[in-house]
Amino acid sequence: MASSTAPRRGSPTRWLLGRLAVGLLVLFLVSVLLFLVTQALPGDIARIILGKDATAAQVADLRGRLGLDRPLVAQYWHWLTGVLGGDLGTSLDNGRPVADILAPRVLNSFTLGLMSMALILPLSVLIGVFTAYQRDSLPDRAFVAVSSLFTALPAFVVGMLLIAFFATSVFRVLPGVSNIPPGDLPWWHPAELVLPVTTLTLMGVMYLGRLVRASFIDAMDSEYAQMAVLKGLSGRRVLFRHALPNAVAASLPAASLVAAVTITGVVVVEYVYSYPGLGTELVSAVNAHDLPVMQACVLVLATAYYVFNLLADVFTTLGRSR
Amino acid sequence: MEVEVSGVTVRADATGHDIVRDIGFELARGSVLGVVGESGSGKSTLALALLGFARKGATITGGRVVVDDVDLLALPEKELRRARGSRVAYVPQDPATALNPSLSLATQLTEGLRLPRREALARVRSLLEAVGLPGDDAFLRRRPRQLSGGQQQRVAIAMAVAPGPRLIVLDEPTTGLDVSTQARVLEVVRELCRSRDLAAIYVSHDLAVVAEVADRVLVVYGGEVVEHGSLARAAHPYTRALLAAVPSSTHRHRLVPIPGRAPGIGADRSGCVFAPRCAHAAEECSSRPPLVEVPSGTLARCWRTAEVARSPRPAVVVDAAPPFSGDEILTVSGLNAGYGGRQTLFEVSFGLARGECLALVGESGSGKTTMSRCLVGLHEEQEGKIVFDGQVLAPRRDKDLRRELQYVFQNPYGSLSPQRTVESSLLVPLRHYFGLKGTEARRRAHEALDRVEIPTHLANRYPAELSGGQRQRVAIARALVCRPKLLICDEITSALDVSVQAAVVELLRSLLAEGLSMIFVTHDLAVVRSIADTVTVLNQGRVVEKGTADAVLSSPTHPYTRSLVAATLDVPDTFEHAG
Repeated sequence: MASSTAPRRGSPTRWLLGRLAVGLLVLFLVSVLLFLVTQALPGDIARIILGKDATAAQVADLRGRLGLDRPLVAQYWHWLTGVLGGDLGTSLDNGRPVADILAPRVLNSFTLGLMSMALILPLSVLIGVFTAYQRDSLPDRAFVAVSSLFTALPAFVVGMLLIAFFATSVFRVLPGVSNIPPGDLPWWHPAELVLPVTTLTLMGVMYLGRLVRASFIDAMDSEYAQMAVLKGLSGRRVLFRHALPNAVAASLPAASLVAAVTITGVVVVEYVYSYPGLGTELVSAVNAHDLPVMQACVLVLATAYYVFNLLADVFTTLGRSR
Repeated sequence: MEVEVSGVTVRADATGHDIVRDIGFELARGSVLGVVGESGSGKSTLALALLGFARKGATITGGRVVVDDVDLLALPEKELRRARGSRVAYVPQDPATALNPSLSLATQLTEGLRLPRREALARVRSLLEAVGLPGDDAFLRRRPRQLSGGQQQRVAIAMAVAPGPRLIVLDEPTTGLDVSTQARVLEVVRELCRSRDLAAIYVSHDLAVVAEVADRVLVVYGGEVVEHGSLARAAHPYTRALLAAVPSSTHRHRLVPIPGRAPGIGADRSGCVFAPRCAHAAEECSSRPPLVEVPSGTLARCWRTAEVARSPRPAVVVDAAPPFSGDEILTVSGLNAGYGGRQTLFEVSFGLARGECLALVGESGSGKTTMSRCLVGLHEEQEGKIVFDGQVLAPRRDKDLRRELQYVFQNPYGSLSPQRTVESSLLVPLRHYFGLKGTEARRRAHEALDRVEIPTHLANRYPAELSGGQRQRVAIARALVCRPKLLICDEITSALDVSVQAAVVELLRSLLAEGLSMIFVTHDLAVVRSIADTVTVLNQGRVVEKGTADAVLSSPTHPYTRSLVAATLDVPDTFEHAG
């Protein structure tokens, strides 16, 4: 989470460099952990991958290809230098370079995540401000109730409810399976994107909208807002010039965390809609024991998560130093 | 008359009780009316009501606020908004939270002026210079957090005056400022009222400040005006009791606390509101007295002003104790301390004789808090020598040393655990230091509560159920059960009302009389005069003057101490001598 130590001394650049260094360390640890739980598990990985029907020669061949006969550190070093050099290895499943497999998947997933974020941010502010302004009215109370419900529901339940409602039993207006053929860009298939994006947006708005609502209520109850009223300013100016910037600034760190959660949340949502992104690739790689693909997927997701977390830290610190 | 207020009543929606009731006064242009009251008296509610504003949960139910022949309370919402700022303006208590942290000073000062930006900026610049701040672009680009407290308050005053109001309402504008900063702000207020022919209402709990700045004073108690006139001619028993509770910086006198507790909202309002705490109360006080002119020349809401006037309370002047000749219980020599490499204390040395009270005096940033943290062992970054009762003190101490040196914090609202009853707060140190449990521990706890005059039936209450003064006395009792040799009191009366402060000061004085040694950290010279034997004045981390309280306060030698003494305000004491 956003553990931010404010820059007390030294320049902001130095603080940022420090944070980046810490981030690299975290990613390094992630890679060690990832390597340990995939490749270095006790037992014969090659045997597990190939199944018990494989011949001893096949197993020995795979062990050689995976480098399992070498010491652990050497295996890790080989893998890490490969990753840093841009070589993610080749898929055990079909022999294609991992980078080639992942590139379109990353594009699909990030399209999904970014489109959702592009909707989550303005909608959260709108809904948060509206409900806060109409505090204790019927729409406000309805939003608070519904958002607690959504926060309690896992993403796949929301996804399945949407499928049930819009793709199968009730309306049948949208495709319930978001299959994007290989080679196509995701935005060539807008109808396929609607339900996954809606799922992610709903989850994000229900959470972030409530935070915006809370910080907007704080801002409206603050002494500077009261002072603005006592200065004879119009209601609109008190709202938009005095309360809103402070409320949004207070919500920015949370927004970056929501972005991190959304980017990683695509794993579940993609699976529900069979959307060909990183998430589905990760799931099938796990099923196929395709170690290099698995490792690359997790590393990409971890990096994305880290970047948005860092953004949250930066916003928090900026907010404090202002 | 420029301002006419009558019958202003504000009601709490939840209970239907009046927070302030039937307030009325008149005010001429260029003059300042002080509104004085203790916490909970409704003075802030009144201040806001004068702008036609009530906080959430309260409603203005009646009255007139006429400024320049326009009744603000009768205006429709839109016109009332235009009247705010341009007819009547407001200066908040805490500009640190009342100025918007994310907007530049230029924006906040010019918005709502209904002038073209160039003219607005020109007016703001000249106003900033009038309140003693730079009016250049660099200053105008700043955010509120880049200013000191005194600068923020002067910006808030300039902001109030900018639209050209006829009346400004100042709600405790100098609370939380140092005396010298306070003196500058008061000077600005007076000067602006004079030069712009402004009427001002100055709300404060501080009688000395109000007496200094205001032409006439409105004393508010329990949401009602109990007296209106000059403090020096006070006739109402509440006003007189308040004045008797205020310490003076020029002479040491016995402080007389007001017994009982201020009425909350919803108290019985059929009779005189002050009667339950009044020494002069009689049968007739069960019906509500009118606000009438009394012989002393003020308007007072009291049936018995004649009797009150016949029983003057002469100020009991207490002689300062003879200089102590005993051994020193605490000697600080060459103490340097700092935070993260930045030095805040420089070569501080002083000594405290056994049974003596030493006042550590300084303004914010003087290093007095660091000093007391060093003494009590909460500060690591220090070098120098502190000798306590023959032992050299290091930041890490054994149990006995920690027990013998007790600390009472400034804010009784934060220093007591809200989860513990009064008694159980006292049992913790008894178990920790003496291993006492059960009946014996309870007996010791009750003994200490008795000593600080907390009635036994409060022992099982939680801090939230106690008043500020009661909490502070519990905090003192918690220190006393440890049987300390030295008590360090960090500004322990600054969060309390004067009538309650008087009780705490008198309590400390009686503890001193019993032989306890004490270090009293404060910025309030009047409190110093009433309690301290010797004074050490800190300025920017250095000791600039030390000596007996009488010598330092009556004939200060260092320029800093002199300016401090000059900036300290006192209530008029004419009535005490005139009777």
